[in-house]
This record gives sequence, structure tokens and C-alpha cells, in this order.
Amino acid sequence: MDDAEGRRGVRSAWSWWYLLFLVQFVAVLWPPFYNKVEPTLLGMPFFYWYQLACIVVAAVMTAIIYVITEK
Amino acid sequence: MPNVNWVALSVFVVLFGFITWLGFAAAHWRKGDLGQLHEWGLAGRRFGTLITWFLVGGDLYTAYTFIAVPALAFGAGAVAFFAVPYTIVVYPLLFLVFPRLWQVCHKHGYITAGDFVRGRYGNRWLALAITVTGIVATMPYIALQLVGLQVVIGGLGISGSGWVADLPLIVAFLILAAFTYSSGLRAPASIAIVKDILIYITALAAVIAIPVQLGGFGRIFAAVPHDKLLLAVPGQNSTGAYGAYATLALGSALALLLYPHSLTAIFSASSGRAIRRNAALLPGYSLMLGLLALVGFFALGAGVAGLPEFAAGFKQFGNNFAVPALFLHSFPDWFVGVAFAAIGIGALVPAAIMSIAAANLYTRNIHCEFINRNPTPRQEAQLAKWVSLIVKAGALVFILFVPTKYAIYLQLLGGIWIIQTLPAIVIGAYTRWLNDWALLVGWAVGTYAGTAMAISQDLKPAYPLKLGDWSLPGYTAFYTLILNLIVAAVLTLVLNWLSAGKPAADETVAADYHA
Repeated sequence: MDDAEGRRGVRSAWSWWYLLFLVQFVAVLWPPFYNKVEPTLLGMPFFYWYQLACIVVAAVMTAIIYVITEK
Repeated sequence: MPNVNWVALSVFVVLFGFITWLGFAAAHWRKGDLGQLHEWGLAGRRFGTLITWFLVGGDLYTAYTFIAVPALAFGAGAVAFFAVPYTIVVYPLLFLVFPRLWQVCHKHGYITAGDFVRGRYGNRWLALAITVTGIVATMPYIALQLVGLQVVIGGLGISGSGWVADLPLIVAFLILAAFTYSSGLRAPASIAIVKDILIYITALAAVIAIPVQLGGFGRIFAAVPHDKLLLAVPGQNSTGAYGAYATLALGSALALLLYPHSLTAIFSASSGRAIRRNAALLPGYSLMLGLLALVGFFALGAGVAGLPEFAAGFKQFGNNFAVPALFLHSFPDWFVGVAFAAIGIGALVPAAIMSIAAANLYTRNIHCEFINRNPTPRQEAQLAKWVSLIVKAGALVFILFVPTKYAIYLQLLGGIWIIQTLPAIVIGAYTRWLNDWALLVGWAVGTYAGTAMAISQDLKPAYPLKLGDWSLPGYTAFYTLILNLIVAAVLTLVLNWLSAGKPAADETVAADYHA
């Protein structure tokens, strides 16, 4: 697996898909979006569950960008 | 020692014994000639996606993190959650920049950031500045890992006076030093697998079992003081706590991957593709860290600070004792042993990688550059092994004889210092436009200003910047990085205009940055 990973290609150029990363930055670096208690989830204030949910969303987006740009 | 928790201690010792064996056995894993620096210090760049995931995860999410982030939530509330946006924004950076760096370093046999800067800019003094910054920022970080270890050893009930009290820590460190010396980066890589599995089990148990015991999240958050539940809303003409929160997250993310131990773990990947895949997979650790930050609130909800059996622990370790106290309070003894072993072993993995990274830097960019210009590969690797021992001994002496708070202060300053290497390393991965002397001056200005600003604020991370009528409190590292970049860019323009600073030879070409 390692050798195959080493030999197989890497795309080099810029891809416009990378702009999707900006969504993650804005979503978590702008506290006015999420600095509130309501709506709560299982008793957890929005501030906390929103940011935890962002981790999952960001990981999925990164995976999508990887799959699209790796071709 | 009347208070020793023997069941927990036995589990802890058995798990420690296992990883000790594993650390030495790792020398034979994906066997290479450990007399070569890239084999000892980068494990021959042979780690695929999965091992890189364990290694980088075990490296970036340290024992200290798992103690300190919940402790901050316990003491200061919502602001501790900056660790979540921090570990979200770091991964686009990993995805975009570090495969490029990996490629060029692989192509030219660079092992350290200093190697890359030396090759890219042909300026040994700039490379020296990058190297010294890396070593100086890493040392207190190693010392802090020992704090994590100290806290769980204290939590097991082991106490004493004089050097006997420090004996467990010294033994743990001797083990660490010995397997790092003999197996190099393969040791922390194999141990990271065990450590990460233990940490995941502990974190899951904590976030599922403890809220059930405490009657649900609603009750737990009801116990959090109102002013700590959310960030304070900024007043007029101020970005207030919002700006501080966002710049702390962004600045920490920009600094994190520049640390020598991060680069060492990333460079040991087998391909740029393995690194990009990890940008999507490593958030698994971020989720765990976020959940563990909540554990700080669980400790508030459980009221551990008021329980008499933990009074001595809080007195000795402060809020850092919140998580161990909660685990002792909530888990059966045998599981306390598992959880504490996870944190204790979690200290050894990054400490090993940090000492290897510092040793690589010293060997490649100070010794071979300024002292002995033509060592044999064997001499080079042998020297790095010795330096890794010296680095660890230094960290141990520091933590035994200097109050812990100084290690924490130095680590905070370390973040401000290491971010000053971003222009040379990250921008250097894209363009050679910035002049090397301009970069050196930018680095010096940023380092000096950052240190002075931090000291003027009693080493608090946020600096209350004033612009006109506006007050913009923000992370000192972030502000001084901007200053550094402005100085470097302006000076580059001036030097180009004077055509004075003739750029030295760049031994890399554009094609080196792609596969």
C-alpha cells in the first residue's frame, strides 16, 4: 500500500474546490453565529454542540475535496 | 503510602510495561538501518495513511492537552472550547501546504524545517534562526508532557517527600529515553497505536457514562456559572471575547504544524497523498478533544473540587487535577488505571517525537552546518541519538527543579516564537519572492515584539490592541505574525529596489513541490 501511495499521482495545480475550505473558516471563526444557549441539544447549549458538529461537517467536506481533487 | 490505589496502579504498571516492550521491539518494525538519520529520525518515510493517522494524532493531541483543555473549561468556561475551531481550521492548512513541503523534502532528503529553509533560500543564518526557534519552542513543550504524567501519578495516590516523590517520573523518563535512543521514531509510532486506542476508550466512557451518572447534560450545564457558559458579548467599539476567541483559534492553528514535532511526524509519511487523506481523518481526534473539553464541565457538575479526598490533589496541581479527580470519582478502580495509563502513555509519545525532532534540528542545522561539515551518515545518526537524550534530560531537570508555571509560561511564549517561522516555511513552500534577509528581520521583529507584548500582559495569551477608538483584544502570536509579514514584505520591496540583497541560489525548482 505504501509503495502504491508513493508512486501514484498527485495533482499539482490549484483547484477551485479548495475555496470550500473557506466555509469551515467562516463557520467556526465568527463567534456571533453560535455564541448562544438556544436551541439546546440533549441539554447541551448551542455553542457547544454546534462547534462539535462543525468538526464532523469539516471532516466530511475535506474528504469530498480530497476525492474530487485527487483524480 | 496509605492512599495508593493499588488496583489502578497495577493496571497502570502492566500497561506501561507493555508499551516499554513495544518501544524496544519497534526497532525491528519495517526494518531499516537505524545508523542513518532519516531511518532513526523519520522511520525511513515509510508510514502509510493509517500509521500516520496514529502518529500525528498521538503527537498533536498530547497528554497535556487532555489535562489542560478540560482544566481550562473547568476554571474559565466557554473560552476553553477555542480548541475546537483551532483543530478545525488546522486541517485545510495540512491539506494544502504540507503535501508540497513533503514533496520537496522527500526529493532533496530534507529532514527538518531548517534543511528546507537552507536549501530554498541558501541562507544559513535564516536556517539557524528557524532551527533555534524550533528547539527553544519545543523544550518547554516536552517539560509540559511531564506535567501530565505527574498529575496522573499523583492521582494514583503515590506521594512522598524529596526525591522519592519524583522517582516514578524519573523511571518513566528513563524508559522513554532508552526506547527513543534505540528505536527512533518507530518507537512512538508503535506506542501511539496503543495510546490512541486507550484514549478513545477513555473518552467514550467518560462522555457516555459520566453524564448518565450526573443526570444528563442539562443538569451538568446548569452547574456551570452563568458568566462562563458562553463568551462575553463584546462592548461598544471592541471585538472583545469574540476577537480573542477567533484569533486564539486561528493563531494556534497556524503555529501548530510549524512545531518541529509536527513536521517530523508529517515528514515520516510515505506520500503527500497519505497526508491529504489524514486531513480528513485526523478530525476524529478533534472530536475526542472537544468531548474531553466537556469533561471539564462534568467535573464542575460532579462538584469534585469540594470533595475532601481530592483537596490535596487540587492544592498540588490546581485545575489540572479536575480530570483525574473526576475519573477517580466516577470510574471503578481498574478503569481509572486504564484512563490514567492512556494519559501517561499519551505523555511519552509526543515527548519522544519532540526530542527526536529537536535532535534532528540540532544535528542537521547546527552541528553539521557550523561545527562538523562532513560527518559520515553513521556519525550524524549517532549524534542525533545522543542529543535526544540530552534534550530529555534537560526537560526532566527543568520540571523537577523549576516551578511548573514557568514551563506553562514558556510554552505560551513558544507558540508566539514558533509562528514567526511561518513566512519562511509556509510562504516559502509556494514562492521564493520574499528576500531571505527580509525574512530574517521579520522573524526578529516578530519574536521581539511578541515576547515584549506577552510580558507586558503578564504572559496572558491575549493582547489588548488599540486601533483608534477600537479595542481589539487578540492572540499575541497572531498579531505579531502580521507584523512579521509586513516587515518581511516591505523590506523585500526595498531590497529589490536597491537590488542590494542578491538572492542566493535556490536549490529547489517548482517541479520539486509536486509529485
